[in-house]
Amino acid sequence: MFLVPLEEKEFRERCSQCAAVSWGLTDEGKYYCTSCHNVTEISKEVISTAAIPNTKINAINRGLKKKRKFEKGWDWYVCEGFQYILYHQAEALKTLGVGPELKDEVLHNFWKRYLQKSKQAYCKNPVHTTRRKAKVLEDNLCHSDWASELELLSEADGPLESGTEVQSDFEIPTHFPITKAAQSASVCSGSLDGVEYSERKEKGIVKMTVPRTLAFCYLSLLWQRETITLSDLLRFVEEGHIPYINAFQLFPEEMKLYGRDKGIFAIESWPNYEEIYKSMIEIATFLDLPRFPEVTEGCYLHPNILCMKYLLEVNLPDEMHGLTCQVVKMTGIGEVDFLTFDPIAKMKKTVKYDVQALAVIVVVLKLLFLLDDNLEWSYSDLAEAYNEEHKKDKPWFDFRKWYQIMKKTFDEKKQKWEEARAKYVWKSERPLYHSHIDKPVVYKRREMVVNLQKQFSMLVDPTPVVEKKGPSSFQFNWTEEGTDRTCFHGHSLQGVFIKKGHSLITKNSLYWLSTQKFCKSYCKHVTTYEESNFSLSYQFILNIFSFLLRIKTSVLHEEVSLIEKKLFKKKYSEAKKNSSGSKKVRR
Amino acid sequence: MPRRPSRRRCETDVSDFSEELRKPVTEDEQMETSMLSAKGMHFPWLQKQLETVVTGGKKKKDFAQTTRTCLSFIQDALLKHQWQQAAEYMHSYLQTLEDWDSYKKQAAPEIIWKLGSEILFYHPKSNMETFNTFADRMKNIGVLNYLKISLQHALYLLHHGMLEEANRTLSQAETWRYGEKSSSQEILINLVQAYKGLLEYYAWSKKKMELSKIDEDDYAFTTKSRNMLSQSWKTSVNFCALIKTPGVWDLFVKSYVEMLEFYGDQDGAREVLTNYAYDEKFPSNPNAHIYLYNFLKREKAPRAKLISVLKILYDIVPSHTLMLEFHMLLRKSEKEEHRKLGLAVLFGVLDFAGCTKNITAWTYLAKYLKQILMVNHLSWVQEEWKSRKNWWPTFHFSHFWAKSDWKEDSDLACEKALVAGLLLGKGYRYFRYISKQDHEILRKKIKRMKKSVKKYSITNPVV
Repeated sequence: MFLVPLEEKEFRERCSQCAAVSWGLTDEGKYYCTSCHNVTEISKEVISTAAIPNTKINAINRGLKKKRKFEKGWDWYVCEGFQYILYHQAEALKTLGVGPELKDEVLHNFWKRYLQKSKQAYCKNPVHTTRRKAKVLEDNLCHSDWASELELLSEADGPLESGTEVQSDFEIPTHFPITKAAQSASVCSGSLDGVEYSERKEKGIVKMTVPRTLAFCYLSLLWQRETITLSDLLRFVEEGHIPYINAFQLFPEEMKLYGRDKGIFAIESWPNYEEIYKSMIEIATFLDLPRFPEVTEGCYLHPNILCMKYLLEVNLPDEMHGLTCQVVKMTGIGEVDFLTFDPIAKMKKTVKYDVQALAVIVVVLKLLFLLDDNLEWSYSDLAEAYNEEHKKDKPWFDFRKWYQIMKKTFDEKKQKWEEARAKYVWKSERPLYHSHIDKPVVYKRREMVVNLQKQFSMLVDPTPVVEKKGPSSFQFNWTEEGTDRTCFHGHSLQGVFIKKGHSLITKNSLYWLSTQKFCKSYCKHVTTYEESNFSLSYQFILNIFSFLLRIKTSVLHEEVSLIEKKLFKKKYSEAKKNSSGSKKVRR
Repeated sequence: MPRRPSRRRCETDVSDFSEELRKPVTEDEQMETSMLSAKGMHFPWLQKQLETVVTGGKKKKDFAQTTRTCLSFIQDALLKHQWQQAAEYMHSYLQTLEDWDSYKKQAAPEIIWKLGSEILFYHPKSNMETFNTFADRMKNIGVLNYLKISLQHALYLLHHGMLEEANRTLSQAETWRYGEKSSSQEILINLVQAYKGLLEYYAWSKKKMELSKIDEDDYAFTTKSRNMLSQSWKTSVNFCALIKTPGVWDLFVKSYVEMLEFYGDQDGAREVLTNYAYDEKFPSNPNAHIYLYNFLKREKAPRAKLISVLKILYDIVPSHTLMLEFHMLLRKSEKEEHRKLGLAVLFGVLDFAGCTKNITAWTYLAKYLKQILMVNHLSWVQEEWKSRKNWWPTFHFSHFWAKSDWKEDSDLACEKALVAGLLLGKGYRYFRYISKQDHEILRKKIKRMKKSVKKYSITNPVV
């Protein structure tokens, strides 16, 4: 995007934001205020590029698409690369069924705000042109019209070439600071500012990385309250539905990547839940985002709905939903204020909606079956006997049977998952090299690998090409016909309840806490998970549930502990007094 | 070809290299290799760090993790002979050739070559052509692997009986050069040449066989023998370089010596064998001494010489079958010290579980014990017996053994009984069990045995 300060004084009104009269023209032909960068609706009717020769080009976002020699490719900036990635990720999310506003409004605005906050564009003295700090406008973001800049992102899929041609007519003035940077940078990066970017360490600025693109995506999903949780998003990435690894392959061919760009854009790991979660909060704070739209009971991210979803996913009886709702209510984790992300609030913390929902289910299982490697099995004996006698009735939930089926299914799934990971193709068809010197070597190596791969793929039977499964928020389908796996959704929990007066109460009246004492030091974790300290049933459940989200078991354990902390607030405060609290809590 | 040349000689086999692969590359090793490269000094680990700084300095890349899992899946598949599956995983493992970790990238071709050749060797859909293409491709990835792969390629061809192709591959490798000849290259070139020599030896020994069928007066004989002569000269050049380098080169040494002996170059053969056996730079190798001993025996060397060769073998492999021959040599020696050693050698042989039923050893021992005790060298026997009296009784002379030995081989039982009697006295269960047996043919022998024991047993009170 090009902003051109206006020399002819055609438009003389005061700026609605800062009252200055200093207008420039954007490359869309709209007026913008050169002092506060407010862009107006008013546009100059026809601005032919030829009409403004030798004008100073002031701000750069899209970079100068000046075609030098073709092999050298375009001049481009690192932030443009990230913009491409974000654009394609947003497109992918759209294909997954997410509303178009996410891409065109939310993500776009977040990104713009980021560019502004990190002083890369939409500010007086962008980092690329001068190093001087510029005052950045903040409050007018929401009011001003961003429609014109939508092109910024959409340009990538089509009108890019035309845009390029237009700009290619310009010569870069020699005094322009970029050229200096470009000359030194082109030595070891394809982008203009690759070297500078990788060395930049400015305090208070969140630098863009490829994993952080996902944090951006998730922030937008959260803003839109879409039905995609963070674990879903990361799983889609791993399954290849959202571009991430080798996302730079989607750059136009003229955007050459090498040298330092490799360190910036090449990724050799799948995203990690904790990491993305952290950067999401970091970015939201950096962008100074306002309170997010409220997560109310009707939202997908509300624990009641997510619990329902996960109960289906882990093949547990529907009847458990009533109990999860009760736990949600008692702990207050269904409250709007608790669920809504507010980056401005003192406690910059958001909820791990998916982890939390599964943690609630773990707590309910503990309430019902105690999970001490004893009670759950004796209940299973009862259920088995009952089911044997009442074959026509609604069967009682049999924990043992559930365990057997889940164990088998998850083991198979995990095995397949590991195999798929081992077969994952990491290397891009567009190899990255350090400099022009090793380019031919790297390309030759690439060719060699392709040839060898061809040779070995001839030895593989062509038959087992399994159809790639479409993206789904469900990983299991228990109601599928023709499998020997029992579906427990319709099973009854009657076996674990007894009647007391008019109401049913759980047979089990004991409970044990996953964490006795919370860690209060500065080490940032609240609890630790030493597997061997816990019952086998608990370990098993944590294992399969955390696999479902592709997170570490300790994360789920921590969440379970936090919910228990809320649920047994009293017990914890008592324990503090007595300090020698018994492990089992009587309800 | 008499037998397939052992792959171990020149290259590690599968089990070896899987160990190698499992060995984690420590940070230090990595550092060392990069620091040691004198030319173009650089600090790759520093560079690596710089690259990861941007992404937040991650600990372990998933790429590294999944490729490692992939490797273990391939190994697993190979172990289970699931060639198809192995090929499938191989497809993605090839990515390691493009690893950004320069150390791993450098190590990748060798691993891939070994796994790949193993797969292509056994895969039902694979054929000679596939293998050759693969080998040629792998040879040209980096310069470090050309010779090694050529050599193994040749071995593959040999295995399939394609001698000419193998020879051609070896010749190509022989003339290949890259930069200055490094020491690792040199030994590989020597190996390549030696294998060429081995192929020539094979041709030669075939001709020798043909020659032995032709009448000496025949015209063909002279031409053929002349051919052989020229060939031998060429071969000797091929072998020479390798067998001077420290290592285990049994196959080559044997062939070379055979040719030298054939042409009457006894001195040459002796020199080669002596060097092979005695050069301290060479790893300890029992075969070297066996070859030398056999050669000297053929040469009818003096007893003292033979004893000195076998003495070394005795130190390395006290259970070797040649030890019985060694015993005979020592027994006949004039030196008392040799005769004493003769007893120790026999005891030594029988210490090994594999030799417990060796009747010759037992006969020798029975006879020799008696002989020694007759000439009053009780101390020799006591010295040997001291360390064995705790375990030999149960190891050799239990009641169980008495019963089963008698049932299986009564001659053996008799010899053992005599030894048992001499060492443990007439009251000992093995001796008692055998001496009570009634056997028509052996009756006399048993009687004699009883008499000897009564007279010479070391348990007898000293008169």
